[in-house]
Amino acid sequence: MHEFRFEPVRMPPAAERLRREVRAFLAEESARGSYQPTRNSWNTYDAEFSRKCGERGWIGMRWPRQYGGHERSALERYVVTEEMLAGGAPVGAHWVADRQSGHQILRHGSERARRELLPRIAAGTCFFAIGMSEPDSGSDLAAVRTRGVKVEGGWKLSGTKVWTSNAHRAHYKITLARTAPKQEDRHAGMTQFIIDLAKPGVSVRPIHNLYGGHDFNQVIYDDYFVPDDMVLGEVGAGWKMVTGELAFERSGPDRFLSTYRLLVESIRALGASPDDRAAAEVGRFVAHLAALRRMSTSIAGMLEKGAQPIVEAALVKDVGTTFEREVPEVFRQLLPTEPTLGHGETYAELLGMTVLRAPGFTIRGGTREILRGMIARGLGLR
Amino acid sequence: MSAVPDDMQQDLLKTIDRVAEAHCPKAVREAAEAGEWPAALWRELENVGLVRAALPESAGGPGLDFGDAMVALRRTAYHALPVPLAETMIAGRLLVAAGLPVPEGPLTVAAGEAKRVPWGGQCAHVVVVGDDGIGLAAKPPVELAEKNLAGEPRVQLRLAATMLTKLPKARERLLLEGALARSVQMAGALERALAYALTYASERVQFGRPIGKFQAVQHMLAQLAGQAAAASAAADAAVEASSGAPDEFMVAVAKARAGEAAGKGAEIAHQVHGAMGFTREHNLHYVTRRLWSWRDEFGNEAHWQMRLGRMVAAKGADALWPMLTGA
Repeated sequence: MHEFRFEPVRMPPAAERLRREVRAFLAEESARGSYQPTRNSWNTYDAEFSRKCGERGWIGMRWPRQYGGHERSALERYVVTEEMLAGGAPVGAHWVADRQSGHQILRHGSERARRELLPRIAAGTCFFAIGMSEPDSGSDLAAVRTRGVKVEGGWKLSGTKVWTSNAHRAHYKITLARTAPKQEDRHAGMTQFIIDLAKPGVSVRPIHNLYGGHDFNQVIYDDYFVPDDMVLGEVGAGWKMVTGELAFERSGPDRFLSTYRLLVESIRALGASPDDRAAAEVGRFVAHLAALRRMSTSIAGMLEKGAQPIVEAALVKDVGTTFEREVPEVFRQLLPTEPTLGHGETYAELLGMTVLRAPGFTIRGGTREILRGMIARGLGLR
Repeated sequence: MSAVPDDMQQDLLKTIDRVAEAHCPKAVREAAEAGEWPAALWRELENVGLVRAALPESAGGPGLDFGDAMVALRRTAYHALPVPLAETMIAGRLLVAAGLPVPEGPLTVAAGEAKRVPWGGQCAHVVVVGDDGIGLAAKPPVELAEKNLAGEPRVQLRLAATMLTKLPKARERLLLEGALARSVQMAGALERALAYALTYASERVQFGRPIGKFQAVQHMLAQLAGQAAAASAAADAAVEASSGAPDEFMVAVAKARAGEAAGKGAEIAHQVHGAMGFTREHNLHYVTRRLWSWRDEFGNEAHWQMRLGRMVAAKGADALWPMLTGA
């Protein structure tokens, strides 16, 4: 392979109708003060907001109706997610379940898991976390040490997960554990389990981030029992499922819109007649965004056709997160202000929060270095 | 235009590959840079119908859609063919827009003081572009012969007074058509720079293994692939929006993004090639010297970035998202 090509997609009329509905809803909600666009990101957790999204049919959009879904296209879902992010909506509570956990349950879960969980996720009342990383297993996911041991009627899990965002407020978590000793194929022998975080045998401890916020957690399993019908898919096939999920996790607008609100507020602050340098910097970002959006919508089109564009998704995430990180670095110089956290002027707060969150953009969901390795593999270099 | 070529486009690509292979050996490239008109190559492009590819059937085109014509243009840039195909296409689009007939043969475009006119000494006709009208001049004399960094002729012409036919905002139209064509060409040249770099990285052995096995080199190539993909995406989007007349916003996006990718991509491609890529002997320079030329023609990145920035500022911060989504 020499080059990655991104097929164009045309948004169907239904998607454009949906876009108007979402915009109207967000305008109404922010006008009512139910959220502040400048204070949020896709990790802002707001259960009430998620419930409203569920009511409107904007979660689990692609799933079958029998499981509470809405049988909409990938492009319709794409439009809803990009409008939410561009509008600075607090979508963090349902984000993971909607983006990937629900899809995994639908594809690989037992009938009971589907019936019990999917309708609640779609209603915006049941939230998920992702449990992959461990103290000694980050980018090298095959090194997981959390063990699952077969017992009567299910599995017993023991081990420790880290960096689990929202484990302290989510209802469930999908976790990866080793269920057979490491063999020559180090990716074999791993299995995914659905964990009910309210049951005994699992404890959640906060890991505060660098700005003092609490999203991350350490999650410890101590002989935690998972019934057989909460195993995801075939025992030992967890790696394939985890990697299959990556196209969903990595290609979406959440990988290049994390600093969109800062871009918008910066344009506002620069006014109607920016000088040459400011106009050029804004224009450069606009050009980058337009190209990224084209690549990302193209992947939504490929997902719609049932493809698994994992390498293309890695490329979009690498290019997209590089862009996201440049935004605060440029505007802090064009609009000199001392960034602050809370209790300040809106722009200084938005800049402060963005600067402090930025290191995570190129780490979460696969580090830049892992992504570049995957792209190199796609180019035939590995 | 679809980014993954359909059957029609596959045929076009194969045709151009064949023409490049048969009619554009290194000797032809070098002769063209020395000022010799590549007559056999041009004749072959005419024979296979590419020269009029961007014209509607009513103006003597072969009935391709604009996207197909741009796929073809992109491939000629991939092969760094030393011919004024882009200029002939641009001139043809302007003539059609003004309701004028399109003459046979290679065409180019000149505006203002007719400086640095691409292939100005070798084209049968020059479309003379004024502020609000265009006209046709046959073989005007060359005042000063220059070249761009890729050795493509960029000459000053002495234009006699020319009758202009009305074409509103003709100069702006020329700038947009030119920027669109150069964006498409840069996407093609970047694709080739990546292909060269991948080949070289898999063949060049150091420390006992191909350099493409080193993580540092792999990551550079991944970034080159990212720049090439972004340039393609931006150019493709601009082509789709411009089948009738160029779309100002999308063309600005494409030229700004592809121009930036050209510099960054060429830098990586050369770094991967080491000293070998710095020689005349290796073919990498045929595409990288074009990238370094084309990014500065029809408005550099700063020009288009500022235009985009001002468009957004004028409409206001909250209008950016509707502009990006087209809704």
